[in-house]
Amino acid sequence: MNDKAKQARDAKERYTPGVIPYAKMGYYEPDYVPKDTDILAVFRITPQEGVDPVEAAAAVAGESSTATWTVVWTDRLTASENYRAKAYKVERVPGSAEQYFAYIAYDLDLFEPGSIANLTASLIGNVFGFKPVKALRLEDMRLPVAYVKTFQGPPTGIVVERERLDKFGRPLLGATAKPKLGLSGKNYGRVVYEALKGGLDFVKDDENINSQPFMHWRDRFLYAMEAVNRAGAESGEVKGHYLNVTGATMEDMYERAEFARDVGSVIVMIDLVIGYTAIQSMAKWSRANDMILHLHRAGHATYTRQKNHGISFRVISKWMRLAGVDHIHAGTVVGKLEGDPAVIAGIYDTLREPRTPENLSHGLFFDQEWAGLRKVMPVASGGIHAGQMHQLIDYLGEDVVLQFGGGTIGHPMGIQAGATANRVALEAVILARNEGRDIRTEGPQILADAAKTCQPLRAALDTWKDITFDYTSTDTVDYVTIPTAA
Amino acid sequence: MRLTQGTFSYLPDLTDAQISAQIEYALGKGWALGVEYTDDPHPRNTYWEMWGLPMFDLHDAAGVMQEVTACRAAQPQKYVRINAFDATRGWETVRLSFIVHRPADEPGFRLERTEDRGRTIRYTLHAYATDKPPGRRYG
Repeated sequence: MNDKAKQARDAKERYTPGVIPYAKMGYYEPDYVPKDTDILAVFRITPQEGVDPVEAAAAVAGESSTATWTVVWTDRLTASENYRAKAYKVERVPGSAEQYFAYIAYDLDLFEPGSIANLTASLIGNVFGFKPVKALRLEDMRLPVAYVKTFQGPPTGIVVERERLDKFGRPLLGATAKPKLGLSGKNYGRVVYEALKGGLDFVKDDENINSQPFMHWRDRFLYAMEAVNRAGAESGEVKGHYLNVTGATMEDMYERAEFARDVGSVIVMIDLVIGYTAIQSMAKWSRANDMILHLHRAGHATYTRQKNHGISFRVISKWMRLAGVDHIHAGTVVGKLEGDPAVIAGIYDTLREPRTPENLSHGLFFDQEWAGLRKVMPVASGGIHAGQMHQLIDYLGEDVVLQFGGGTIGHPMGIQAGATANRVALEAVILARNEGRDIRTEGPQILADAAKTCQPLRAALDTWKDITFDYTSTDTVDYVTIPTAA
Repeated sequence: MRLTQGTFSYLPDLTDAQISAQIEYALGKGWALGVEYTDDPHPRNTYWEMWGLPMFDLHDAAGVMQEVTACRAAQPQKYVRINAFDATRGWETVRLSFIVHRPADEPGFRLERTEDRGRTIRYTLHAYATDKPPGRRYG
């Protein structure tokens, strides 16, 4: 039988009506070599008892691309070979008896250019509820340059943000106004003013401050801008307040954002819960209006925290760099919220670097080239204080916003003193680091020395000296680097 | 008031030894040092006067310190800052910028408010020093 005849017979067999395994339908190709233009994804799969991991991987590839549960003849009207996602590598997760990493390649033409909504509708659409897998997690993705180039990316980016704010060489400092709920616009503005005058660069609305009975959004915006401008006059610095423009509809958000622009704010804020399309719309608006766009990751831990099911935050970070935000909350390592140091390092690199090489010990499964897409400033927020300044800078570097909410507003000498303590601690640690001192070990001494000429810092160190949040992380890396002798 | 622009303005004024150490750090990173001065402290005054071009080919801190000293001597009643410029792809911007000299007296800023539509206020920041012509602003 010649080749042509064999192909015809194979095709006939393949398209016989009925149910055949996904792996046999063409969704598992162990010999497949991914193309440079393919979108790659790695899933952590926990198959149901008795389900073959290769078949589970093929099913994930199938259900996240062209497949349905049974054979359909209409596949034959298409170049279906191209459109089938292909599981090309399946391997057991180190140290796990039941979990597997499935590497899947998707042809670029499966996706609409420049649309996170479209990308996610495939990749996290039906497949997460698919019965043959007990649990499923999207661990990482490789976004090809051809695809990256279809996105606007961050409206401002780290470089332009720093130039616009005239702030270089150190992390930016912020705080979230507290209490989160209940303050009137006038009282809220007081908190903003005190914190900015004391030395912070930014104050922030909390994620759930929108337009409630105790404070409508216009009141908040007007009083916050009085605070921002007054503090600017007291310091000669550019200051900002993240005005949260999150609202029920795009029309509401545009109205709020335009008002924020008209009253002179340098930055607006949105919450992750508004959805990917709304985020891309606000990114576009921000680019058109020279606005820095801050994203609060409200809701993310519902699907990022547990290791067996959901989406890893490094994937969310990649999507948000494409979608186009300038700031994103990305973990503190030392604070009150989830954050394993190796995982956080991988996420920060993803946001800030021009390219990130594969680095399994930081949870990065692929080389990723960002092709000139601007950099996102990570934000570290949640249960951090001045006494941890050396650890924060050691772990997170200097292109980060450090946000001390309670650590500013809860200062025993008042909000201004709290802000000053943080600013002095920050500058002292950066100065020492640049002088070549080992801030990891000498940090406490550097801070104690700086406190000799700064009473507010002394008080902050005394108040919070023993406060740490030392719990085991749930989201950790699976590959540990074992140092080898050279 | 104390103008708090720059990386280290919340610390006591840096000594020459401390300034040298920061210059060493920047040189170690391959950044080009530049000295700039101004008597207009407005935060949107982006272009301070350049005390010569950025020192792309100078690799020792003592040489940079000489320029700092010369600039301070020539402009005793102005702000002087050091910028460290990074030409690496993806940065191509200032990476460190700190004040190394300031006028003896800093009168600060007046905030002007103009009432506008609704409850909106237009704000303008005005440095008292710039009421006088350039060169005569800080005595």
